[in-house]
Amino acid sequence: MMIDRRLVENFDWGLAVITSIIGVIGLVILYSAVNAGGPTGQQMFYYKQMVWFGGGFFLMLMILMINYKDLEQWAPGIFGFCVFLLISVLLVGRVVGGSRRWLVLGPVAIQPSEFVKIGTIIILSRFYSRNTSRRGFTLRELMRPAGIILIPLILILRQPDLGTAMLVVLISASMTLFVGVDRRSLVYLFFIGILVCCSGWFFLHDYQQERILTFLNPDRDPLGAGYHIIQSKIAIGSGMAIGKGYLKGTQNALSFLPEHHTDFIMCVLSEEWGFFGTVLVLSLYLMLLIWGLNIAHKARDTFGTLLAVGVTSMFFWGIFINMGMVMGLLPVVGVPLPLISYGGSSVITTLIGMGLLMSVSIRRFIKE
Amino acid sequence: MAEQIVNTYLNTPDNDWYKARLSGLVFAVLAAFFMLFIRMFHLQIIEGEEFRRLSESNCIRIQNIDPPRGLIFDSKGELIVDNRPSFDVCITPKDAKPIEETFSRLAALTLAPVAEMEERFRKQKGMPSYNPVVVLPDVDRDTLGAIEVRKFDLPGVSVQVKPLRHYIQKSSAAHLLGYLGEISQKEMDSGKFPGALGGDYIGKNGIEKRFELQLRGARGGRQVEVDARGRLVRVLRTVEEKPGNNMYLTIDQKLQMATETLFEGKVGAAVAMDPSTGNILALVSSPSFDQNDFVAGLSHATWNSLINNPERPMENKAIQGTYPPASTYKILTAMAGLEEGVIDEHTTFVCNGSYRFGNRSYKCWRSEGHGTVDIYRAISHSCDVFFYQVGQRLGVDKLSFYARASGLGSKTGIDLDNEASGIIPTADWKKRRTGDVWQRGETLSIAIGQGFNLVTPLQMACFISAVGNGGKRFKPQLVHKIVDQNGDIVKMNSPELVGTLPVKQGNLDIVRIGLWQVVNLGGTASAIRMKSFEIAGKTGTAQVISRARGDEETAAGPAHWKPHAWFVAYAPAENPKIAVAVIIEHGEHGSSAAGPVARDIIKNYLGVKKP
Repeated sequence: MMIDRRLVENFDWGLAVITSIIGVIGLVILYSAVNAGGPTGQQMFYYKQMVWFGGGFFLMLMILMINYKDLEQWAPGIFGFCVFLLISVLLVGRVVGGSRRWLVLGPVAIQPSEFVKIGTIIILSRFYSRNTSRRGFTLRELMRPAGIILIPLILILRQPDLGTAMLVVLISASMTLFVGVDRRSLVYLFFIGILVCCSGWFFLHDYQQERILTFLNPDRDPLGAGYHIIQSKIAIGSGMAIGKGYLKGTQNALSFLPEHHTDFIMCVLSEEWGFFGTVLVLSLYLMLLIWGLNIAHKARDTFGTLLAVGVTSMFFWGIFINMGMVMGLLPVVGVPLPLISYGGSSVITTLIGMGLLMSVSIRRFIKE
Repeated sequence: MAEQIVNTYLNTPDNDWYKARLSGLVFAVLAAFFMLFIRMFHLQIIEGEEFRRLSESNCIRIQNIDPPRGLIFDSKGELIVDNRPSFDVCITPKDAKPIEETFSRLAALTLAPVAEMEERFRKQKGMPSYNPVVVLPDVDRDTLGAIEVRKFDLPGVSVQVKPLRHYIQKSSAAHLLGYLGEISQKEMDSGKFPGALGGDYIGKNGIEKRFELQLRGARGGRQVEVDARGRLVRVLRTVEEKPGNNMYLTIDQKLQMATETLFEGKVGAAVAMDPSTGNILALVSSPSFDQNDFVAGLSHATWNSLINNPERPMENKAIQGTYPPASTYKILTAMAGLEEGVIDEHTTFVCNGSYRFGNRSYKCWRSEGHGTVDIYRAISHSCDVFFYQVGQRLGVDKLSFYARASGLGSKTGIDLDNEASGIIPTADWKKRRTGDVWQRGETLSIAIGQGFNLVTPLQMACFISAVGNGGKRFKPQLVHKIVDQNGDIVKMNSPELVGTLPVKQGNLDIVRIGLWQVVNLGGTASAIRMKSFEIAGKTGTAQVISRARGDEETAAGPAHWKPHAWFVAYAPAENPKIAVAVIIEHGEHGSSAAGPVARDIIKNYLGVKKP
């Protein structure tokens, strides 16, 4: 592929800078999280994360060079590959903590359910850009996209990975609401959703019901999820206005939180950097999201707009659910904080998303 | 071409419409972030002071409450495994400062070596410092009293009470019940033990392992607030622990222990079964080991002595030991011969003490010979020459068919791990295994239970039980029922028929008469004849070294050259209530070594039952 000079001229420096700043902040916090309480053998997470970031940035650059228009052609292939990975997980995946989520490829283990988010965004962008409907989609018209999403959804629920499944649903719902749903169908959809949830409930085993109830209300499990939320709130709250200082978080140091380098990393940030640091990071995320929506606004075509909206909604839900969880506003779900939480699959997926946004952004003036 | 590309980039009419909708998204994002902002402000600025206080004392902790493991009872409701309280002295690193002083004070009180405590303490390095570390497990009551009295001089020292597994009758039924051991990292990662924590004890063998999920129960705990010295201020939340389910076995503990007594000083195994249900009444493997040693944590020396003992105490010989069935196999050869029609009730052969086949002479155990023998006399006197000829007419594959259809040479499916399947050879099997062609002479050895044949005592017990009950093959069961803490039945086992012996009733009756004569009409086991009830059975003497060496089986030699002694039996002969298989390793003669043991097991069981 030849690198067009215009691609370099139109490179989205703003997005690259915001991403880099959040990424650097993420590494700085991760350093504190893994070094808490003396040598714990977690230091390798820090170096691994740097490797993931390096690989992710490279991938991001590769993807922005691809004309996103081509992705529309490749969408079924990409989506099919994601489904194939999910099936492989169920067949040969590694079981960790009772759920089968990991695919081991030589030295690295990946979580294919993360990549499914990208696959879903691309296939839905293709569908909705080809089938537009100004009066809003009706229930009948929505059958096909719903059917497409159901395949990976069921496979993810089989692992089971409730958090990621929920994200896939939320991203799809965001995109669908964005392209518009017929008002009457929206009401139907609402009732169908309630009906499915209620009838599904009775098909679940006792222990599965228990798991979902705990998921919705962590207080039901005061020794597990409920305890984590209390400790998480203590960590965040105790940061007060300016924090306890970098590497000085006591909650962090005593390892009260088992997932403090992944899902609960926000606690480390809030405890050590206080309200000041939290607002800084929140603002950066807000800038990122507005930037993404701006790219959607400037996109050349509908597919580009939808792609940008999809990726931005993926970031939004990741940020919102993770933050809501650590602050005790939302259920405890295994959703990582984009660009800050430790995790290869999460970092790579986020940076692939960035690559897609940039690909759309760079080509906004190109008419050829 | 160029035009087409331009077209694909041209705005569709809908694109502008979509863009108008983007402002809605911007609004939604702003609203959500406003919410997060408000929440942060609330947590960090408004309530920050209170959270800072809570974080400084790090005072909210979790205390685990281990559930008592399910109890195990025998079929009569006699308790055989329970739990006793173990008092463990713990140190919470965060609260016990200076730590050296605490150690020396503890050592002065308990007379325990400091080094030992420090060793245990070091092992827990890397765990959060508010986690109590057990430094003195299972202390006695005097020590406990001393510590409780001096509690104020011992900051960070606490006593945890934990239920510890207790096997009431030391070493009894050890192979069957199994034992507990600390969970390994691999087992934790497997996901098979939901809720398990490091340091938990799980079933590592026997019933304890197979029914782990029934017995373990669910852990409870308390969320508590403690003060700066680690003392409890108040309990915030409590989750009740859920005790494990209780199990009722089919084992009769009295019979089990009586059988174990009979095996004192002997190496071998015995299985007693109820022929009408398949319920195992006793399952003994000798020598045994004390399971309580495992619960307390086995020392290296004890483990080595168990593993290196040539009598293999850790092996459950009743299900893992495989032995040549020897003459007990003649029951099967007789059944096959009658059923295939190569002999009938009236067929006779003459035994001169040996049988010439090919260019080799195959000896009978009685060198003087048995004279003219029919099927009854062949069974009751265990005449080898008779069965050589039956086997020769049947061929190895026919014999193997009957053996397999009778449940020999395959796992019985009992609820215990590591069951051996044994070997029932066919011509094909030998070809695959050794590459050599089956020699017809080998069939003769097979017919009297020597050669490649290998069976487990449990298989023989199931087999003789089916012979005794008229041909019904039941799956051997160990568990009668599983009951939860409210006394509600979780699982109830009923007899499970897995097949029938491949033989007609009339032919089976002929064999049964022969087995009756073994004990009651001058047969090989006449010595164990009882007045109060009639035993039917079969002796067996399994060669350990080849008889071709020229030694008679009675020949003196090192103990480990002596043959294994078998006795399989059921009683009463007419309507059996118990079936047993007994093997004594290197016991020499079935009739003299194994027979009396089998008789005493039967006597014990029927004697107790008699009104």
